[in-house]
Amino acid sequence: MRSITTTNTFLSDNPIGTKQNLNNIMTIKEISEVLNAKVLCGADRLDEDYQKAFASDLMSDVLTLGDYNPVILTGLCNMQTIRTCEMGNLDVIILVRKKKASEEMIEMAEDEGMVMMECDYSMFKACGLLFSAGLEPIY
Amino acid sequence: MHFEYQVYEADFVNAGAASSAIKKTLKQLNINPSIIKRVVVALYEAEVNAIAHAYGGTIFADIESDKITVKVVDTGPGIPDIDWAMQEGNSTASPEVRNMGFGAGMGLPNIKKNVDKLNVTSKVGVGTTVEMEVNFV
Repeated sequence: MRSITTTNTFLSDNPIGTKQNLNNIMTIKEISEVLNAKVLCGADRLDEDYQKAFASDLMSDVLTLGDYNPVILTGLCNMQTIRTCEMGNLDVIILVRKKKASEEMIEMAEDEGMVMMECDYSMFKACGLLFSAGLEPIY
Repeated sequence: MHFEYQVYEADFVNAGAASSAIKKTLKQLNINPSIIKRVVVALYEAEVNAIAHAYGGTIFADIESDKITVKVVDTGPGIPDIDWAMQEGNSTASPEVRNMGFGAGMGLPNIKKNVDKLNVTSKVGVGTTVEMEVNFV
């Protein structure tokens, strides 16, 4: 039997949300227009502002964002996409590369009050367009 | 409050159900959202681990006034070298696990970053137990 014990004091010492009234904010509606994206659920939230975005197909990376709550761009299109965003308090999901969400995914995203949209652009193009439009990276 | 959840090998459809339930309970208890996020990120990684790497297991969660203690006990192959598994980037994940967006060797390091106490014990051929604690204040 092997065993290790660690203690940790990881804390988010400078939590910065994304819904701040600063420069470079975009509404979800503007984001969807820039990406020519189809909004699948959460259409009642299109006026909400976002300042930051994060893009990854790796869900463990999505779970490393601490208190940041950026818009998420991902090409991973399955139930774990929704679950991961639920755990990370990430409630705007943009599926890129022509990925199509299943009914089950849309249902779960709706239950969680998320906005989810489908975008036909590649990850590179989608990120480039949003960066040019003013959305900021986490790091 | 005591909760127990069963998780099953390769049951990716339901992976995260236990973490989701705990999250909703903590929200109802008005725990600080930053702390809830740390708890559920760590728990979710551990839950996925038990489903992805082991033959399933049981999640025990105890919520007290000042902290949550979670124990994830799996039956599985065990971890031969825990120090190796704790390092970012080290993984034994199957292609199926990677297709689900996991398996990049971030699970245990992610858990460690988010909890106040972590204890991992493992016996090869028997299974792994991950115990974690997060303080509410």
